[in-house]
Amino acid sequence: MTSAETAAGTAPGTVAANRRRKRSAFRSMPFSVCLGACWMALMFAAAIAAPWLAPYGYAEQQPLLRLKPPALFGYETPFWLGSDHLGRDVLSRVIHAIRLSIVIAVAGTLIGACVGTAVGMLAARLRGWWEEALMMLVDVQASLPFMIFALTIVAFFGNNFWLLVIIVGLAGWERYARLVRGLVVEAETTGYAAALRAVGADSWRIYRHHILRNITGALLVQMTLNFPETIMIETGLSFLGLGVQPPLTSLGLLISESRNYIAIAWWIALAPSIVAAFTTLSVCVVGDWLRDVSDVRLR
Amino acid sequence: MDTLPLQHDGRPGPHLGRRLAALARFCLLKLARTLATLWIVVTFTFVILRLTGDPALSLLPDNAPPDIAAAFRSRWGLDRPVWTQYALYFRNMLDGNLGYSLANGRDAVAVVLERVPATLRLTVSAFALTLAVGLPVGVFAALRHGRMADRALMMLATVKYSLPNFVIGIGLIYAFAIWLRLLPSSGSATAAHLILPVVTLGLSGAAVIARFTRSAALETLGQPYVRAAMAAGETRTQAIVRHVLPNAAVPILTVIGFTIGGLVGGSIIVEQVFAWPGIGRLLVDAVAVRDLAVAQVIVILLAVAMVTANLAIDLAYGLVNPRFWNNDDDIR
Repeated sequence: MTSAETAAGTAPGTVAANRRRKRSAFRSMPFSVCLGACWMALMFAAAIAAPWLAPYGYAEQQPLLRLKPPALFGYETPFWLGSDHLGRDVLSRVIHAIRLSIVIAVAGTLIGACVGTAVGMLAARLRGWWEEALMMLVDVQASLPFMIFALTIVAFFGNNFWLLVIIVGLAGWERYARLVRGLVVEAETTGYAAALRAVGADSWRIYRHHILRNITGALLVQMTLNFPETIMIETGLSFLGLGVQPPLTSLGLLISESRNYIAIAWWIALAPSIVAAFTTLSVCVVGDWLRDVSDVRLR
Repeated sequence: MDTLPLQHDGRPGPHLGRRLAALARFCLLKLARTLATLWIVVTFTFVILRLTGDPALSLLPDNAPPDIAAAFRSRWGLDRPVWTQYALYFRNMLDGNLGYSLANGRDAVAVVLERVPATLRLTVSAFALTLAVGLPVGVFAALRHGRMADRALMMLATVKYSLPNFVIGIGLIYAFAIWLRLLPSSGSATAAHLILPVVTLGLSGAAVIARFTRSAALETLGQPYVRAAMAAGETRTQAIVRHVLPNAAVPILTVIGFTIGGLVGGSIIVEQVFAWPGIGRLLVDAVAVRDLAVAQVIVILLAVAMVTANLAIDLAYGLVNPRFWNNDDDIR
């Protein structure tokens, strides 16, 4: 209990005390978490404002200005971060890649959370054999590397953008399912759900109005923890040439394209690598911190 | 809790038969789970293979002679009800009969198997590196808890853990192959070719292991029996080897299970970065040209490998944790 709580005279464990504890946790946010949050904010801003921020179009080629080094490092070229083998501006491509990678990761995270929550709730509601079968699927998914699963789907169904979004969305659904099932079973057996049922509320009402609202916090933390993986799956697939297809750009695709020119044009690889690295790192750091300060029990 | 099955002087403890039966039941249960997982994976490939259309068109090259296509159809029972096809799919799988590669018309299983040694060389070395770096770093950080070295190492581990493998791989290629000109950037001709891919793949796992080893070791270091052992005259190293590591082994083993999954998934990307001729690269090539027969064999092979590794970890978990087979009630 912090001194602020004692001064206010709030008993620990009450809603007010919890809120105060969280607020003080935010105030004493470590520097690295602060940096990570700022970087994420910057990335989201870049994603939203991409068309206005980018000095050139992401597919705009200037054949006479190929493989120009970055102006940022003192070279006399019109490109801040240099140009690639087709004379496209690296900065503009990175900004658009951030936009697409973030859109896919956000859509994917939402899909994964919805699918996982639905499966977890179904398992907790139906119990018995259905629960066993659903949780068995969860175990199977958890025991295989997701990349293999993703590649299998791409192999059989071919490559297209919406399929990619769905695949990225399925990454980590089993973790939501496990988490939600645990929380719902707990609510059903010991907590408020039993009380609501006793006063005559039906299942639909209990799940939608009460359980879903109560587990939102835990779900949000799990979403932050899953976000780096969704980004990594998308960039990984794009890097392998099986995700986002040209002329669209994604961070993975940019890094993959830069590989062939790394000996003569290091700047093509530099910006997307740094952005990909900082983004996954920031989300990891912020997610870990959120998990530590929130009182939700994950797994 | 009951006494240990073997007492300290090595004589069998009481109820040895009952405990062995419990251990056998534990192993059988794990084995059944493993087989069920494999069954689900194979069913999954069957379902999506059927969803994409006629397997004879998907699994045979376009220019396959008509008599081969006819033989394939009758062997897979493509003119019969779907349940018969399902049964035949399993039988063909057990016979290793999984179609022909689109690329060169060869037997898909043979095409995949000849790539296995390269992948094993990469993943086994990376796994060894993971353990050789992760465990000592974790213990060292735990011993220096809260000091500069601990913080620096854990920060490095977080950075390493959260960076995509291909970013690290390309960074290493730039540093060691292009800038310093010390190591080859791609291929697999010599032992030197192994270094960069193994480091890329191994260090990600090592970062995870180091983080978990540190927290597991910190938990056991604070236990009274460690202090008691040191008070009784054991050196720090002795206390760590005899008391801390065995007790921290259970959580660490669980994490090693996760790391193997990371290794298998990561090897697909690392093989691509370093042009390593293993099954990961074969899988990517097969997916790109939709060589379904080869992709299917690789998926099933990797699933078998993963599931076997998980089973081994589970069994090791049962063996190192005396609680697991000491008391029947604890066994799940």
